[in-house]
Amino acid sequence: MDSFLSGLELLLRFDVIAALLIGSIGGVLVGAMPGVGAAVAIAIVLPVTFSLEPIVGLTALLGIYGSSMFGGAIPAILVNTPGTPVNALTTYDGYPMTKRGEARRALSLAYSASFYGAIFSIVSLMLLAPVLAKVAPMFGAREIFLAALLGIVLVIVTHRGQVLPAAILACLGIFLQTIGIESTAYTQRFTFGQPWLQSGVDLIVVVLGLFAISQALVLLMGKDKPIDLPKVEKIGFFTQMRELWVYKRLATVASSFGVICGMIPGVGEFMSQFMSYSFAQRTSKTPELFGKGNPEGIVASEAANNSVPAAAMIPLLALGIPGEELTAMMLAVFYVHNVIPGPRLFAEQMDFIYALYINLFLLNVIVVAFLFFATRSLMKVMLIPNRFLGIMILTFSLVGVYTLRNSLTDVAIASAFGFFGFILKRLDLPTSPIILGIVLGKLMEDRLRTAMARVREPWDFIDRPIAFVLFLMIVLAIAGQVWTVVKARRAKRTGAANG
Amino acid sequence: MSQQSDDHPHVFPEGRKPGEILFVTISMLIAVGLLISIPWQTTWLPGKGLAAQPRFWPSLSLGGVVLFGLMNGLTRVRVTRTPGRWQEAATWLRSLEFIGWYMLYVAAIPVIGYLAATLVFCGGLALRVGYRGKTVWIAIAFGLFVVLFFKTAMNVKIPSGAIYEYAPEPFRYFLMRYF
Repeated sequence: MDSFLSGLELLLRFDVIAALLIGSIGGVLVGAMPGVGAAVAIAIVLPVTFSLEPIVGLTALLGIYGSSMFGGAIPAILVNTPGTPVNALTTYDGYPMTKRGEARRALSLAYSASFYGAIFSIVSLMLLAPVLAKVAPMFGAREIFLAALLGIVLVIVTHRGQVLPAAILACLGIFLQTIGIESTAYTQRFTFGQPWLQSGVDLIVVVLGLFAISQALVLLMGKDKPIDLPKVEKIGFFTQMRELWVYKRLATVASSFGVICGMIPGVGEFMSQFMSYSFAQRTSKTPELFGKGNPEGIVASEAANNSVPAAAMIPLLALGIPGEELTAMMLAVFYVHNVIPGPRLFAEQMDFIYALYINLFLLNVIVVAFLFFATRSLMKVMLIPNRFLGIMILTFSLVGVYTLRNSLTDVAIASAFGFFGFILKRLDLPTSPIILGIVLGKLMEDRLRTAMARVREPWDFIDRPIAFVLFLMIVLAIAGQVWTVVKARRAKRTGAANG
Repeated sequence: MSQQSDDHPHVFPEGRKPGEILFVTISMLIAVGLLISIPWQTTWLPGKGLAAQPRFWPSLSLGGVVLFGLMNGLTRVRVTRTPGRWQEAATWLRSLEFIGWYMLYVAAIPVIGYLAATLVFCGGLALRVGYRGKTVWIAIAFGLFVVLFFKTAMNVKIPSGAIYEYAPEPFRYFLMRYF
């Protein structure tokens, strides 16, 4: 209780409250602009937060992270274009409802399911926090190495249909972090005698290139699409909640999927919403209506994806392991301020952890209240033409990349990654494995070196219970992927044989 | 290849996109080149374990890129290709024009200052992508907002323009500090 009150005290400051308001409302705005999204916004804002205190910077970033999916549901439902990639499933049932003239109902359900998912996740994790504080110190170097490896394996195998490209890109990320002078024997790696490569490839520069500049190029090279906004009546908060009450069981199950998937590094929103969507379809009385405007589809996808952000903070704070690209970016804020997330943070600075969770709770309340008043005005941001958004992103991204060190080299590296990211996006290839490869690669290298100093036999590495469980999970994830491929090949052969 | 209706955006891509094999080939050539250069670009420390070798992680990661790249190449060549490889490559190269604009913008800041460079960049790029009239002015106004917010109000670290040196004494500091 003392930690909770101290956490609350940390937040009662003008700068934290301002960051909370700007982050959460800004997050809804960027979420509602198709083609921008949380990753682009966080990449741009990230270097600006370095000059702020950790709690202020993280509050702003959490605001964007936690609220963008609320905003992303608006274009998904109204114009069949997801505002953020994780709102893609919402279009399946949201847009058909809009076409039937039920836009208001679809938006109400999306907001209330998102709110329910987020609050469910925060409450579960606050209850779990004392347990986690006890478990986190049991993670030594080998457990953290295995957890990071599990994150890499999961981020690869969860890219269904793109497992090999995801593996290539994760390996590329791991390679990128090795460039420069390594920190133990101070030898140079892949610097080609260039002084500017000695300090390595900066994560922020890569992030800005891969997320912001590449997205600006996508928008600038595309065409502006005329958008016809449907009419939406005023949305009432209590109407929202009353409607959700009918689907309370589904919302709870979907939120649980979100919490579980959020806690496992490398899994995240996509897996949680696909699991909850297929659960909803399997258990529905009207499964044939899924994809044609079934409200259960909206509840399943929105509750699941909004319950992930709070849960995704668990591996980040307790073990220093980011589960996806957005938490990987947040990790940079910790490192800049010399706050090292990990078992000690969780055990010794519980007030800081509680402050972050209270922040998440408050931002959800602010966002729902904001949407309750401002949905109809907010819809207008969807009218910003794509190429104009491209100009905006490119202008903003300069602030991010140039203010780091006023270095033209950084801008050139970010531009090179922007070009690379543009090609990846054109080819529908994922960019997040690169970021996780960079962050987790560094962690794996350091922890493996430390762990191996105490290991005599290979089995020693997994002779502790947590290490063994993590190792088992890695083996199961790889075996599951191999089995999926074998099964798909067999099915294809059988299909071909049957003509 | 499955055909998805317009109402259902495509979540997991299927089929081979134009230019995919071209991209895979170029990437593989670079990866193989880097893998070959490992003996020159990394060090092997005698007497140290494998995990402590500076060469271990670059070899492992580049080996992974090449191995998975080969497996990916072998599986993808069997998928029906969508024509348009060279048009796609031309699109990639055309995007470099905007990178050029961006680099020019950054290079201009220490010379003409953040304010002038941003206004010219936003207005010029708006004209370049085809906007005329009111939209160009909105783009310029947006540029002004960015400068006022980040440089004037938040004082982010952006160098002042050399051109400000020629400003009259009372304005020089003002321009350097706020624009």
